Amino acid sequence: MSVNLTINNLPATVEADTTVLAAAATVGIKIPTLCHFNNISSPGSCRVCLVEIEGMRTLQPACVTTVSEGMMVKTTSKAARDARRLSVELLLANHPWDCNACVRNNECELQDLAKEMGITEVRFPYEKDEIPIDDSTPALVRDMNKCILCRRCVSVCQDVQGVSTLAAKDRGFDTVIGTGASDSLGEEVCVQCGQCSAVCPVGAIYEKDSIEAVWAELDNPKKHVVVQTAPAIRAALGECFGLEPGHCVTGKMVTALRMMGFDKVFDTNFSADLTIIEEGHELLGRLKTALVDKGEVNLPMFTSCSPGWINFMEYFYPQLLPNLSTCKSPQQMFGAMAKSYYAELEGIAPEDITVVSIMPCTAKKYECTRDEMYDSGYQDVDYVLTTRELGRMISEAGVDFLNLPDSEQDSPMGMSTGAADIFANTGGVMEAAIRTVYEVVTGRELPMEKLHIAPVMGLKGLKEASLTFEDCVDDWKFLEGVTANVCVAHGLKNARKACDMVASGEANYHFIEVMCCPGGCIGGGGQPRFTTDEVREARIKAIYAEDEGRKIRKSHENPAITQIYETFLKKPLGEKSHKLLHTHYHAKKIDD
Amino acid sequence: MEKPRITVMVPIDANTVPSGAREVKNALSVAIGRANLSNEIKVIETGSFGPTGVGALVAIQPDGVVYCNMTVDKAQEIVEEHLLKGRVCARYMLPGRQVILPTADNVDARTLQHTGRIVLDNCGRIDPENIEEYIANDGYEALGKALTAMSPGEVITEITESELKGRGGAGFPTGQKWSFCAPVVADQKYVICNADEGEPGTFKDRLILEGDPHKIIEGMALCGYAIGATIGYVYVRGEYALSIERLEKAIAAAESHGLLGKNIFNSGFDFEIKIKIGAGAYICGEETALIESMEGKRGCPRLKPPFPAQKGFKGKPTNVNNVETLANIPAIIRNGAAWFKNFGTSSTAGTKVYTILGHINHPGLIEVPAGVTLREIIEDYGGGMKGKFHFAQLGGTAGDILGEEMMDVPMDYDLMEKVGHVLGSGAILIVNESININDFLHSCMRFFSHESCGNCNPCRNGMHAALDITKRLKSGVAYPDDINALEEVVMILHSSAFCPLGQSPAGPVTSALRYFREEIERGVNRELNKHDMPRSNRKMEAINV
Amino acid sequence: MTVSEIIKKHGNERENLLAILHQIQAGNDDNSLHKDQLQQLAEIMDIPVADIVSTASFYTMFSLKPRGKHIIRLCESPPCYIMGEENILTALENCLKIKLGETTADKMFTLETTSCLGACGVAPVMMIDDTVYGELTEEKTVAVIKSIVDKE
Repeated sequence: MSVNLTINNLPATVEADTTVLAAAATVGIKIPTLCHFNNISSPGSCRVCLVEIEGMRTLQPACVTTVSEGMMVKTTSKAARDARRLSVELLLANHPWDCNACVRNNECELQDLAKEMGITEVRFPYEKDEIPIDDSTPALVRDMNKCILCRRCVSVCQDVQGVSTLAAKDRGFDTVIGTGASDSLGEEVCVQCGQCSAVCPVGAIYEKDSIEAVWAELDNPKKHVVVQTAPAIRAALGECFGLEPGHCVTGKMVTALRMMGFDKVFDTNFSADLTIIEEGHELLGRLKTALVDKGEVNLPMFTSCSPGWINFMEYFYPQLLPNLSTCKSPQQMFGAMAKSYYAELEGIAPEDITVVSIMPCTAKKYECTRDEMYDSGYQDVDYVLTTRELGRMISEAGVDFLNLPDSEQDSPMGMSTGAADIFANTGGVMEAAIRTVYEVVTGRELPMEKLHIAPVMGLKGLKEASLTFEDCVDDWKFLEGVTANVCVAHGLKNARKACDMVASGEANYHFIEVMCCPGGCIGGGGQPRFTTDEVREARIKAIYAEDEGRKIRKSHENPAITQIYETFLKKPLGEKSHKLLHTHYHAKKIDD
Repeated sequence: MEKPRITVMVPIDANTVPSGAREVKNALSVAIGRANLSNEIKVIETGSFGPTGVGALVAIQPDGVVYCNMTVDKAQEIVEEHLLKGRVCARYMLPGRQVILPTADNVDARTLQHTGRIVLDNCGRIDPENIEEYIANDGYEALGKALTAMSPGEVITEITESELKGRGGAGFPTGQKWSFCAPVVADQKYVICNADEGEPGTFKDRLILEGDPHKIIEGMALCGYAIGATIGYVYVRGEYALSIERLEKAIAAAESHGLLGKNIFNSGFDFEIKIKIGAGAYICGEETALIESMEGKRGCPRLKPPFPAQKGFKGKPTNVNNVETLANIPAIIRNGAAWFKNFGTSSTAGTKVYTILGHINHPGLIEVPAGVTLREIIEDYGGGMKGKFHFAQLGGTAGDILGEEMMDVPMDYDLMEKVGHVLGSGAILIVNESININDFLHSCMRFFSHESCGNCNPCRNGMHAALDITKRLKSGVAYPDDINALEEVVMILHSSAFCPLGQSPAGPVTSALRYFREEIERGVNRELNKHDMPRSNRKMEAINV
Repeated sequence: MTVSEIIKKHGNERENLLAILHQIQAGNDDNSLHKDQLQQLAEIMDIPVADIVSTASFYTMFSLKPRGKHIIRLCESPPCYIMGEENILTALENCLKIKLGETTADKMFTLETTSCLGACGVAPVMMIDDTVYGELTEEKTVAVIKSIVDKE
């Protein structure tokens, strides 16, 4: 049903249930907002979007007020303008003014609002007591002095991720966003997904910066510095330089990294392909144990690429840890291989190799410091930079990114397939795995259009698909006629649903892909701000296009992977694989 | 037991307990026992008589004598002199006031007495812990009448026709509120009695709960019947220990008498009442914040819509009424809407319970017809000023500050609105010239800033900014621009804050400016330059890069 | 009572959280809620600990920091203010040798101010634990403190 209303004397017709904010947008009026974010959070509390509605005594927040027939809205009346300005002025009064030295300088919503409203004076003194900066985790920094209490971080942490580490504490002027019973994230259950940092409108939550440390490695002539870039980086990095979401900038990224002095520009896609081989065989092995040997085996198997998800399981579902694939994440497989296989290949001492990862993810910063991640004999991955940090580093290097020529990754660890590309988004690991598993089992290519498994694509929270193996090759005859049920979850709240179904025995899945962040890694906590659903869709589209444009689109066809098994690993799940590429995780308590 | 010859009434309530009323009552019982008079003289505990600031009170009936500032020693003396020897101890008698003594023929409406009382008719007159006394005074008659002879719709009609307005402060028509909730279809509905009385200067709900808890129970049951709710909650402030204790006892008594529980009066109507205890937050008096708090959460107001009548406690249709509002219900159902409208003014029916306090001779709790003037309150009920009148604040800290020129305006909801003021919750604070208006405003803003829930930005930061300005005004170091900024902040809060709390300071601040601007301006230091303010008025180059 | 016994008594539903917190705090000598108790509560009631802290920290009757054995809550709202609250506060600070918000060295008293206690009829008032003291003068205030000290 449609509703007619008037906004600033302009007639508008919109669907019922539309907010005044959205209705105004249809007639070209942008109402400023702050606490409102996408479809995640609209507490209606910042009062920056107030408008005047005829017949109402008080001004109304446009972000949560729905339209009604005949409504007369004024967004530019004096009352509305004055109220919005005062809201912003009051926020500024209690916000530090070190904007030039802030990580969010020039990409701060409060700064933008002050500018838009022409606020050049603040009449109220700064009254806040200083709050110590919390940098207790490897991933995130929280500077609550800058917090404007929009509660977006609380909404993502509670409603989207279901982790609920963050919540408002105390009240009134003393309200802060707190971390449970302690004063720091490090002492609480935090999966370090960084979604809070991805939605923060100001400089109150951000990734822990490793740029200087990476420059220092690059400056060190003794170090052979190799870099890996996660599949999701290429679909988002361009946004740091003003490109619309949905452009892959793989070639320019490689060129830029080389210009900045990385000795080798490799690709996490390489180890994504490796993951598929290992994980695919692990899954087939578990199925064989279950179906042929009738042995005790933990099914369904969960994917293990996403470190935020691993943290979540360790805290919330330790009983399901045996169901987790023993494969390390592609980042960590890469690091372990770089400091073993690659070091051997190039004759460089592993201690002289520095592995830098470019990740869409803040939890990766934690993952590389884990005790389990020293299997090369050294810290397998030394530094993790998020997409945002890489963007800043490229800017600092003075590289004219958008006009760079394309170039290709180095061999051998830069070689990859389309299957690896789609690790970037929800459903991608599942699809990549099935492309290989199906072909291994039946000897035929997956009979799907463009090799895509449509039911596990897209942004639906929990997705399911079933696949029946027919005409299996001799080695896998025991799977003849078996229907494999798979499930894909993204965002930890959906992961929780999947876990609950498994824990209760209600689910009959064989394989479950979980990505910690909504949309998968393309929506990671370290990606350029802001990641809305439209942005997620655009990035996913770009990733699928990258995949479809490849000659090789199945992990097992990656020649570098074939070679690595021939010369180094020998066979999937072999002895070397076990040492370097697999691990086990353990239940975690708050104090760990 | 034989009907006692003499009844000794001792009000045990929030205002007398701190003065040792319990000890006095015990001393009386002991002394009477020692004198072997226990059979003839009964000592009973009642709710508030009304007057405050006069210590522990004792009334001797049927003699009609009220003693004040009682102590254990004096109590013994009274037993000795008055009860044994029949000699009234004139020097201990409550001076200057006709007392609220519960004789049926006491008719002077201008004194603190019972006739003409609706809400407080039993307060100070019956033992609140004895359900029989409530029943003997027409208690539960209205419930019986409604359940056996009226449909729920008829109950709502009666309340609507009585034109009863919510007594919590906003003055919303009660019948209309009930009629929002009644038609909503749901498997469960709730009635909530809002006893989170926190408006400074207001303690009427407390004294009603302490003095006549069954009236609230009956009012809630009637509301439940009318709107189709079977569960009621009383949300009481955590500090109101005696209210909670008496309510608990009253609920238990009503249950054992079949006046709560299943199939009340064989009507098929079930109703139970539970108590929820707050933990110190003024904002929980706002109905959606109260519901949040009842659900065990932070007491932050909810976005409306949906309104509680659609989605309230646990997402179910819920009707929230103030204690005093509910206390009016039984009498209206018993006597009819027309009877109720005999009281008060054409725009505000019924009576109004006020707490009058501050610099007056006779502070206390009164119930008067709507429409009395401030002058009447001070002179006739309050026993006159202590010192010279400076200003009055009407309706608690959120209320307007009135200067002398408002003394003769009849106070009801509509008439006050016509002169730009609101009647509010019923607290009347009278202040003499010893208090500077800036000091007073600072005290008001300190309250608001402390009680802001912190959810919405203008309230969280604006209250603090306003507090800061009043702090400077109080110390005489305000900047020349401060008064304008203060006025702007409270006015914009009035139109832009999330909930009524944030909208409130406009009342005291703008009304104070209306009557006392000159005095307020004395807090400004003209020597100061706005650039003297720490980190303020600095041009914001940093932001506008 | 242990945390789990208290929860059992009131019921595991979220709506009972305030009542549970009241009772847990009342059982602690330092008049506050302890971190381990909150964590235990979170686990049993299946509510994130951050959420429990969020709720508890909202209400002035709960404290997450240790306080004294007796909590003095002096009303600072306008009705008490005009009757001399500031002088009472000074008297308390001088008598206890602490500032507002602090706890005496012997952990006997914590001095707080509060919004209206609803006993304005006898303003100025303070509440010490569950007892209201009204019509305070500086002398009476000191005497009240002294009587509590003497009892200890």
